[in-house]
Amino acid sequence: MSFSRQELLITTIARLLQGCRLVATGASSPIPGAGALLARAQSNGKMRVNVLGSVRNDFLCDGGVELFDLAGQGRLDAFFLGGGQIDGEANINLVGAGGEYPQTNVRWPGSFGSGYLYYLVPRVILFREEHSRRVLVPKVDFISSAGPKNDGTYRPGGPIGLLTNLCWFAFDRDKRRFRLDSVHPGHTVEEVRDNTGFDFDCPDSVPATASPDAATLTLLRTRIAAEIAETYPRFVAQVFPDLAAAGE
Amino acid sequence: MTRELGQVPVHGLDQLAAQIPNGAKIAVPPDYSGVAMALTRAMIRRGLRDLHVVCVPVSGLQVEMLAGAGCLGTVETSAITLGEYGTAYRFQAALKAKQFRMMDATCPAVHAAIQAGGKGIPFMPLRGLLGTDLLKNRPDWTVIDNPFSKDEDPVVLLPAIRPDFAIFHAPFADRNGNVFIGRRRELVAMAHASTQSLVTVEEIRDVDLLASEESAAGTLTAAYIGGIAEAPRGAWPIKLWDIYDYDEPHLKLYGEMARTSEGFARYCDQFVQDQKAAE
Repeated sequence: MSFSRQELLITTIARLLQGCRLVATGASSPIPGAGALLARAQSNGKMRVNVLGSVRNDFLCDGGVELFDLAGQGRLDAFFLGGGQIDGEANINLVGAGGEYPQTNVRWPGSFGSGYLYYLVPRVILFREEHSRRVLVPKVDFISSAGPKNDGTYRPGGPIGLLTNLCWFAFDRDKRRFRLDSVHPGHTVEEVRDNTGFDFDCPDSVPATASPDAATLTLLRTRIAAEIAETYPRFVAQVFPDLAAAGE
Repeated sequence: MTRELGQVPVHGLDQLAAQIPNGAKIAVPPDYSGVAMALTRAMIRRGLRDLHVVCVPVSGLQVEMLAGAGCLGTVETSAITLGEYGTAYRFQAALKAKQFRMMDATCPAVHAAIQAGGKGIPFMPLRGLLGTDLLKNRPDWTVIDNPFSKDEDPVVLLPAIRPDFAIFHAPFADRNGNVFIGRRRELVAMAHASTQSLVTVEEIRDVDLLASEESAAGTLTAAYIGGIAEAPRGAWPIKLWDIYDYDEPHLKLYGEMARTSEGFARYCDQFVQDQKAAE
């Protein structure tokens, strides 16, 4: 069965979430949201998922602070963060680039919950579709949230890796470096190297990111696409046009 | 004579906006909680200046429009985003032109500082933030060593936020001035922290929200509320809970017009100054 770029990202995310009890997704996150809902469907009822912006898949009822309190209590196992810039030590920048803060040349929305969740959620998946030298930089211009250092900071959480359109980098917390773990089918190590602005470890042989099997793709294209459509109808219309057409 | 709900005065929108002086510190909620957009337009009509807006914890079109209209002195927020409806052009232009002071935060920091305000305590500790440029650029935040830990354990302290006004929109108020807020508990936290809340509602209902446990659990009690205005579709063009959705065509129109300050001025002429076009 052939599959799209987005389907590979969603099924990869679902695999990275295996074993989690509670997963949440944040603003503007259709692919992480679909990945989390897929992982839940495959968990035999062992996983809870909270999709920000959803009604049917948002079980929080104590205001905006509850998600952060869950993380503080150690109950939130996985979350997703992106970045306008991400550097080789896993610092992320959601504020702006160029010029002098706060009058940066480019201004992004802001740090959202990153300055806290990155420290407390054990399995943070960095997710940014665009894999380019302007995003994956040697050093971010502004640290919205800092990559892990062994500096005595209370930090049960942190990144397990970085997923892009080209590959999955695992993050080595002791070395404070990314390691190229798998390259998506149809792409090469050279392509990753050419489009990455930071240094990373690269084994002699890098496997291809595992392709989804037919059963997983069927589940994704039916039940999961319908579930995520509640929150992200435009995404579903674009990525699962058959389902979108059937629903009309 | 002003009508009253219990001890809470009911005003018209412009009269409610007139309660807010220049330089006031106001707390506002995110889009999903109920944003008082009709009141925001009245604030722009009033020509308010130098407002300190605390976004609990983020904002969108509301702060974007206040920025375009030159109402802002300080913005304290974890993000300003119009989401799928494009770039916050007026906010970005005003920031670049140094028209207001920017205080970048992270969501739980705003929540925690507002909670400290509501408890009447001077500060709240928060995990995270160490090593960030957020912390570096917030001289009002400080780091101490956890006094209860044997080992070194740095932790950030945030001063309490005590706004003059919490400003939001809700589905309805009852005959005693209690306001139904459902599960939007950040509205309660904002109201507790603020000196008073100015609330717009879709309608006023002749019921008593405190009469049953079921409705009382989703109620902000009238003691916190300084004034109410009835504003049907008062969150427009933003959504209100599951009651009405974003006005997509209008937000697209806004996005096109607000690319330039001239276009924004034309938008305001049409939809802010001319009340009939909007309300």
